[in-house]
Amino acid sequence: MSTNRIAVLAALVAALAVPWLLHALGADFYLSFASRIVVFAIAATSLNLLLGYGGMVSLGHTAFFGLGAYATGILLSEGVQSAGAHLVVTLAVVAIAALVIGAISLRTRGVYFIMITLAFAQMLFYLANSIKQYGGDEGLTVRVRSLLPFGLDLRDAATLYYTALALLALALLLLARFVPSRLGRAVLALRDDELRAEALGLPTFKVKLVIFVIAGVLAGVAGALNVNLQGYVSPSQLHWTQSGTLMVMVILGGVGTVWGGVLGAAALLLLQEVLSAYTRHWGFWTGWVLLAVVLFARQGLAGIAAQGFEKLKRSSP
Amino acid sequence: MNTPLLDVRALNKRFGGVVATDGVDLQVRSREIHALIGPNGAGKTSLVAQLAGQLASDSGQVHFDGADITRLVAHQRARRGLVRSFQITRLLKSLSVLDNLAFAVQATQARVFAAWRPVRDEQTLFERARELLARLGLAHKADSRIDQLSHGEQRALEVGMTLASRPRLVLLDEPLAGMGAQESQSMTRLIESLRQDCAVLLIEHDVNAVFRLADRVSVLVSGRIIASGTPDAVRNHAGAIAAYLGDAQDAI
Repeated sequence: MSTNRIAVLAALVAALAVPWLLHALGADFYLSFASRIVVFAIAATSLNLLLGYGGMVSLGHTAFFGLGAYATGILLSEGVQSAGAHLVVTLAVVAIAALVIGAISLRTRGVYFIMITLAFAQMLFYLANSIKQYGGDEGLTVRVRSLLPFGLDLRDAATLYYTALALLALALLLLARFVPSRLGRAVLALRDDELRAEALGLPTFKVKLVIFVIAGVLAGVAGALNVNLQGYVSPSQLHWTQSGTLMVMVILGGVGTVWGGVLGAAALLLLQEVLSAYTRHWGFWTGWVLLAVVLFARQGLAGIAAQGFEKLKRSSP
Repeated sequence: MNTPLLDVRALNKRFGGVVATDGVDLQVRSREIHALIGPNGAGKTSLVAQLAGQLASDSGQVHFDGADITRLVAHQRARRGLVRSFQITRLLKSLSVLDNLAFAVQATQARVFAAWRPVRDEQTLFERARELLARLGLAHKADSRIDQLSHGEQRALEVGMTLASRPRLVLLDEPLAGMGAQESQSMTRLIESLRQDCAVLLIEHDVNAVFRLADRVSVLVSGRIIASGTPDAVRNHAGAIAAYLGDAQDAI
């Protein structure tokens, strides 16, 4: 078995053991924090697909996270508890929104693309603020959670954790298969040189739109999980600063790497959690970490990890 | 030989008050090497972009292989067998030399959205890429990165990328630009060998190479084709000499 496979397997076993481990340590209340990491790992992975692989720098990505959260949150507040219904409605709402926003935004490039995705996200932010029926600027609190088949209820912390973990694992598997596939190559090609890719016969607009929609839908799934986790969705989840947070996670973890979103989400949330115990100015210290990563490790934590495995491989042939 | 492969009629393009392409008529026949020459600023680059579908024309028509392709964009034209190269090398820096060619092979194929199977498992695709690699004389560089290639090797790969999908016509935009004598010779041989595969519209400054390679030559000056014919006919064309060849031949 290769070093990489062993590492992936070890990570999976460790992730599966988290609820049991926290219980053994009498620290069950940390399980919701672990779930938070998994949920944001999914969201950051979706942005990494768009930004890291596709080269589409969007400052509006959290719009899809927020839409997913509101879609599921509104259904819950109306008494619809079936997870199947939540999944179908969330996917449909987010996919349609991503299709429309993508079809318009992707006609622009560079700074204009950043600004137009930002503008769409802010429009949805103000829309969420103005809908009094579903909480308006105070946000929407839900008292019940999604019900899965076999009597599983996302109200149970461990069930939520394992559900989120399963979805993250699925997303990572699909991403790992996508990278060396035809579509993965096409996306790399259009990130490198869009004009060339198009001149060779690649329908670049269609490819970008498909990636935009897939990334959006994945962020929507993370949003739907988050409303179950927090029991709450607020317009602030649609605010552009939340897109910025996701971007920081991607840069910290490793732009254009399979594990970048996971490592970045874990690192940023852990930093935030640990530092905020000591100082109110945790953002200041997080900034230094980000600066160090950008200057000294362009591939982020995933790059550092990959170098570590290379060394391991060479020392033990 | 009666219907030309590429038939351009009265093509126009202006940028504000500047006329880039002014009523261009141009025919390229199957399997011919047709050179397009002209002084700097004659509008060669605009014309290539119009023919490849990157730049929309104001008026006029482009017919290719009997069909009107005037309204088609670049990737649609490439899929019909009309592919261009670039004057400034545009290669994919995240991919190895072999993977660059493999991507060029897959780019015109169906299954654009196949996202599960590793492309490296697709033997027919890589057979074609390796065959091209050998033809370009780059077999020993298969796994190199693009920035590890010499200028001449990059230019060869630039041309090779256009051939990957077995096009009917390639537009080569100054393939000899910036090359040393030896590199220039092997590029000339490569272009000459293309006659077996497809037609070539060769945009080139190097008049010597052009007259050696081309079956026919067209001269573009200020956005207009002022002469078109066999190399001998064009060499003796008074207008062409006055506008371009006179200077160019003096310079040699």
